[in-house]
Amino acid sequence: MHSLLSLKNIQKEFPGCVANKSVNLSIEVGEIHALLGENGAGKSTLVKIIYGILMPDKGHIEWNGQRTYIRSPIVARKLGIAMVFQHFSLFDALTVVENIALGIPFGLSLSKLAQKINDISELYGLTIDPHQEVHSLSVGERQRVEIIRCLLQKPKLLIMDEPTSVLTPQEAHKLFKILKRLSVEGCAILYISHRLREIRALCDKATILRQGKVVNECDPSKESARTLAEMMMGSQLTVPKRQDKIKSDHVKFSVKNLSSYSKKSSFGINLQNISFDLRIGEIFGIAGLAGNGQLELMKMLSGEVFCDDPETIKLSGQPIGRLSLSERRQKGLFFIPEERLGHSAVADIPLWENGLLSAMRSQKLLNWGFLNFKKSIEFAECIVSRFNVKVVGVGYNASGLSGGNLQKFIVGREIQQKPNVLIAVQPTWGVDAGSAAAIHKEILSLAEAGSTVLIISQDLDELFLIADRITVISEGRISRAIEVVDASVEEIGLLMGGSNNEEDVEEELIL
Amino acid sequence: MRIEERMEISKSMIYGAPLIAIFLTACAGACLFLLMGRDPFSSLHTFFIAPISTLDGLSELCVKATPLILIGVGLSFGFRSNVWNIGAEGQLTIGAVSGGAIALIFFDVESVFLLPAMILIAALGGMIWAAIPAFLKTRFNANEILTSLMLTYVGLLVLSFLIHGSMKDPDGMNFPESKLFHEAALMPLLIEGTRIHLGFLIVLFVVAAAWVVFSRHIIGFQVRVSGLAPRAAVFAGFNQNQTIWLSFMIAGALSGIAGISEVAGPLGQVVPSISPGYGFTAIIVAFVGRLHPAGIFFSGLLIALSYLGGENAQIDMNLPNAVTGVFQGMLLFFLLASDVLIRYRFKLRN
Repeated sequence: MHSLLSLKNIQKEFPGCVANKSVNLSIEVGEIHALLGENGAGKSTLVKIIYGILMPDKGHIEWNGQRTYIRSPIVARKLGIAMVFQHFSLFDALTVVENIALGIPFGLSLSKLAQKINDISELYGLTIDPHQEVHSLSVGERQRVEIIRCLLQKPKLLIMDEPTSVLTPQEAHKLFKILKRLSVEGCAILYISHRLREIRALCDKATILRQGKVVNECDPSKESARTLAEMMMGSQLTVPKRQDKIKSDHVKFSVKNLSSYSKKSSFGINLQNISFDLRIGEIFGIAGLAGNGQLELMKMLSGEVFCDDPETIKLSGQPIGRLSLSERRQKGLFFIPEERLGHSAVADIPLWENGLLSAMRSQKLLNWGFLNFKKSIEFAECIVSRFNVKVVGVGYNASGLSGGNLQKFIVGREIQQKPNVLIAVQPTWGVDAGSAAAIHKEILSLAEAGSTVLIISQDLDELFLIADRITVISEGRISRAIEVVDASVEEIGLLMGGSNNEEDVEEELIL
Repeated sequence: MRIEERMEISKSMIYGAPLIAIFLTACAGACLFLLMGRDPFSSLHTFFIAPISTLDGLSELCVKATPLILIGVGLSFGFRSNVWNIGAEGQLTIGAVSGGAIALIFFDVESVFLLPAMILIAALGGMIWAAIPAFLKTRFNANEILTSLMLTYVGLLVLSFLIHGSMKDPDGMNFPESKLFHEAALMPLLIEGTRIHLGFLIVLFVVAAAWVVFSRHIIGFQVRVSGLAPRAAVFAGFNQNQTIWLSFMIAGALSGIAGISEVAGPLGQVVPSISPGYGFTAIIVAFVGRLHPAGIFFSGLLIALSYLGGENAQIDMNLPNAVTGVFQGMLLFFLLASDVLIRYRFKLRN
């Protein structure tokens, strides 16, 4: 009996790196197979090779024991390989059935197709109305459309790239049920995710990649999340611990009735009456799925967009709602935006110049408008050594650093300036586990030293690990803040799904 | 065969590429002359060496290069920060008209302050002309490529209107030309007997100053960051509109000075056509010079040489004026080709 799919000695090189190095992998019929690895371990490259987007430099692929060349996604689909991408490819202005019709080669009338969609959605419990327009769907519903599109092809192998990163825990749970059912029916699933708990619950087998090579294969249900993470990293994982600290009631940073009206596009999120108070030494988390107003909120908190009323945002009692970003920074308010390259750092300038971006005033790195080379380089070197950034020298461009190292530098740059208040969006997004732990540790010790930290993140694990209080942003509103010790993942998950009313949440939890 | 990105971009090749491009241009030019049945070496000599083998020729080179380098450096600020000011020709014209107007208004004044005042007013004139697209861009988000380009033609018509009207020399037999400027209103010559003038000293100063600003000053940093990553510039607290204004004002001022250095330099009066397209050629100069002040200095000299060589080829070899364009074109082509090869390489499929 042959495996459904087996990769033999797959090798793929890109300029500057070997993405896959003699990778062997086999997937059996009906198996849920996890592909694990840190960022840059070569997971995406491998998946692209299986789906025919890339061709391997060396090695070959066997499908049902027969050597095959998957030259393009069309060939892959003919074989029975389907893929749900991390980023959806749907047209907002079209209905569900129109979107699906676009991706399907055979001519089928829209009404017949709608009937088929209904059949499938009933069969698998993927509730969707085929005639709804896509822009009105939630992210979870959009993913269902993508899955239905795949299922219509009756795939033998379904590839899912980080499917739960956009889902609430409840939605994820529903997805797992569907995947399990597919697997019982004989469809194999290749599942890529960072979330080790999910993998332990869902997958039959896991292949772990590190630096392009297969380092381990295991049965994830027999491993712990910790051992899996250590296999990925190849080193010991030290999880930072929150210290019990003296609580202060002194409000450092407050937001009151912050609202925004985006005039430009109807797809933007309007913030509605957002209010919260941050105390000294507190880490406050705002959870929420992407696209619920986090970016708009960050723009107003940082001063990229002004508030109408200066009193809306207060720092130590002073109104700052109409101060510019630099003025806010001079008052000790520091920011870590979500995107590294292009927002909090510039790829094509040296690391020490990147240090200047936010620190030129606070660290007095300018003399009469001229850059002080010596001081700037010292400042950057100080960050590199204190925060353990792996880099050859601060004269090298930021583009040469890995995501984790660059993020350590950026977080270090802000912390080194001793912020009164630090606002960070997804501070460990796309960062390997080791660097993430280091960043969490720094944020914790910053708060212990008396600074106030606001973290806006989609990663619930992160917030539960370091935050003191947590709230959820959904469609531009935020829920009541809950002490993390009193909160449960289920409760937060329901709030993320849009149950804005806390009573609803309690009811659902009781049911 | 396929093209793939190189792992490392050779630093020395980035600066070596213009030299390779010059060499290849010379080779291709030799072939071209050979095909036309002429001796390639003497032809190349006529084109590239003869024009600058005398002191007179060298000074002509500097005279031609002066406006090109001034404008090229000015434009490089904008091009580095993604502000596409294509209207330097218009800014040059308005600068020349306003500076020239000072010379004509104070025609009888023989003060040492006259020339500095003319330069200042010319810079202001260029800045005012550049302020229009800057304002339209920052206020209404109007595309600066279109507005600055179209204003060039308006600027040329302003010149034409004035030179056929109030600026016309009353004793000039009705020719559309102004009076010849007095000594005090002319750029002093650096070497007696040649045409090289004060403008070239200004060029040297501007190149050095721009170099320092780019590498060491916050303005240069702001311009670079704004071009490479606009959102990071916002994060650093740089005002985007300020960057746009800054780029336009620097380019406007330097174009205006380029204009007055023509009018008060080799021309000595305001005439209907002040520049043979320096404002446009300077765009090529800026890019051939890698948007770096030192690079722009040398590329300005090189492009100026192609003008002189073209003239020489017309006179000595009876070649058409098109030969100038052919050589400028080949130079750009080889430069762009070597740019591609610096970043990418060909790989035969194994």
